Amino acid sequence: MTNQINWEFPQALEDEGIYILRETAAQFEKPVLLFSGGKDSITLVRLAQKAFYPGKIPFPLLHVDTGHNFPETIQFRDWLVESLGLDLIVRSVQDSINQGKVQEETGKYASRNALQTVTLLDAIEEGKFDACIGGARRDEEKARAKERIFSVRDEFGQWNAKMQRPELFDILNGKINIGENVRVFPISNWTELDVWNYIRRENLQIPSIYFAHEREIIERDGLYWPYSSYLNTSADEVPFRQTVRFRTVGDMTCTAAVLSEADKLEDIIAEIMEAKISERGARIDDKRSEAAMEKRKQAGYF
Amino acid sequence: MEVLRIATSGSVDDGKSTLIGRLLYDTHSIPQDKMEALHAASKRKGLDFTDLSLLTDGLVAEREQGITIDVAHIYFSTPTRKYIIADTPGHIEYTRNMVTGASNAQASLILIDARKGIVEQTYRHFFIASLLRIPYLVICVNKMDLVDYSQARFNQIVEEFQQLLANASYQATEVVFIPVSSLYGENVATTNGAITWYQGPTLLEYLEQISFDHADSKHPARFPIQSVIRPRTTEYHDFRGFAGKVASGHFSVGDEVISLPSGQKSKIKTIEQFEKQLQTAQARESVVITLEDEIDSSRGNMLVKPEDQPQQLKEIKAQICWMDQQPLTVGKTYLVQHGVNRVKAKVQQLHYVTDVTSHQPVEGKASLGLNDIGSITLKTASPILADTYASNPANGAFILIDEFNNTTVGVGFIE
Ligand SMILES: Nc1nc2c(ncn2[C@@H]2O[C@H](COP(=O)(O)OP(=O)(O)O)[C@@H](O)[C@H]2O)c(=O)[nH]1
Repeated sequence: MTNQINWEFPQALEDEGIYILRETAAQFEKPVLLFSGGKDSITLVRLAQKAFYPGKIPFPLLHVDTGHNFPETIQFRDWLVESLGLDLIVRSVQDSINQGKVQEETGKYASRNALQTVTLLDAIEEGKFDACIGGARRDEEKARAKERIFSVRDEFGQWNAKMQRPELFDILNGKINIGENVRVFPISNWTELDVWNYIRRENLQIPSIYFAHEREIIERDGLYWPYSSYLNTSADEVPFRQTVRFRTVGDMTCTAAVLSEADKLEDIIAEIMEAKISERGARIDDKRSEAAMEKRKQAGYF
Repeated sequence: MEVLRIATSGSVDDGKSTLIGRLLYDTHSIPQDKMEALHAASKRKGLDFTDLSLLTDGLVAEREQGITIDVAHIYFSTPTRKYIIADTPGHIEYTRNMVTGASNAQASLILIDARKGIVEQTYRHFFIASLLRIPYLVICVNKMDLVDYSQARFNQIVEEFQQLLANASYQATEVVFIPVSSLYGENVATTNGAITWYQGPTLLEYLEQISFDHADSKHPARFPIQSVIRPRTTEYHDFRGFAGKVASGHFSVGDEVISLPSGQKSKIKTIEQFEKQLQTAQARESVVITLEDEIDSSRGNMLVKPEDQPQQLKEIKAQICWMDQQPLTVGKTYLVQHGVNRVKAKVQQLHYVTDVTSHQPVEGKASLGLNDIGSITLKTASPILADTYASNPANGAFILIDEFNNTTVGVGFIE
């Protein structure tokens, strides 16, 4: 059996996502949509646009800016916010560093990926957000396969896998105690392919780094790292130009590129269907250990 | 493309993880790097084969204990269908997880070890499938290789299971039995010729042809209102639409509808899905409905058709699966959440606790504890707009929420 490409998006997923967003808006006082600029959060924005149409999206977007973003992502973010008339809140990891709340990592694997948790939790507290809508999908990683759609976090943003509320049928219980908040995952049941097929069906714009382009990269640990001033390199890591693209949008210090000529959505989808490497395989931080994701989640990582 | 949701359950070591791993493997759903990680992990464990069961074991605590303790969701697709598997552990102490995992399933996959036959947990799995009235039951008799692919053994298990079916209070749309060997991939996605006496479909072939008769669409029309959309912009100054997901049945433009509980009548003016205007909205579609007349409806109200209205219940008799450490307290007030509507309710009476093996009441058991299933009566502060679970599952279930710690403590099926 070879992989035939199915271009069709399962409509049931959109109906479910819209339902979840409407429940979020109705059950919480101050929801916020966590926006990374990646395809999953772009999908969330589209769902929100549809859920409340012809009304406005009734909550703001929150972007935690690590300062190490791809410039293309920031450009895209600003364009999206402008063209849809959205409210955007930006909080920066640099501020958390300046306030002495977190410390910059050192060494060749230094990244701000772990630091953003603190900035995020501060922003949630400051904005008194009781529901944070995120684009995590259960197919991304083993620990996420067990995440609920409404996932309750304590005051410290911690996730307790054993204390999860049962979720039955499509009934969503958003009642929380003071100090708690909820992470909402409307596209829990989508796979990477579903997201791409949706983007294609809806004709959505995405940041240019998803498409094949030429850029300076270095090779390290068998992965292609985008070369930038944020990356600590040693003398023997010499940058070279290569045609690549990115499968996820993270920081320039922890998102690996894949060699690819795919410059159209159709080609990207075809590439995913060949499934040479899983999406999270391109997230350098996950490679650190098998239980990495679960540990970070307990610590309040998105 | 259709989405088929499947719930799996089996006792520990029946081979559930291996079976699911096999389905993923045979449908080319495992990316190369994950496959490599599996090879490596299998080697570390001293195995001389790639242990596909390692794919689905989720959390650290579970890996340590070597068992699955929650509901894990697994995704794969074929050229025709997207599949979502809710994988739940089979232990008695995880009954609540099994009920949770099965609550959205159209098909229930029950695993039986060919050597052991029907065991206590099989009764529970079947009971849960019948409580939830899951339309399709797929019984996989696994490890057939260990009983020399014996047809007699298989038939014996089928016969025993038929007895269970005969005593059950519900009738599945379809029940099939498939002899498989997950380890060798026999009858999972393909057949490798080890079983000559079985001419039926492989597991995957069967799943591929399950017909979606969309029972929900044939049930009475129910539209629970999630929110009212009033943009108040210049362009949409007078727009007033009811946002929601059709729970069951269907609604068309021009249909006469009645808003409950107020009883006000109107006609459907438009059905909208973002910028698209629809003629009809089917069960499970998220839409916005506008009406010809201005009526006063809000979240928690329901649009229905005048000729086919739900009951307005203040006294609810229901089967309950209890999900909390703290047992159900008769006389205590809980919150009932039925769809998007929440009301206070007091537990009037616990009638009995059900023995999931015999499907009969347990003599002398007077409290409903974690993982117990029983029958109760609740009295609500205001009526809920519900159907019986048997007549319309999409509008016949609710959850119970503890008023003090806000957690979900039980699920009810209205009788
Ligand atoms: N011989 C044989 N062994 C199997 C088969 N399916 C699973 N097993 C083995 O049975 C054991 C338990 O399987 P596993 O999938 O972990 O069971 P689970 O606890 O139900 O998930 C493992 O050692 C498997 O290799 C089968 O069809 N034939």
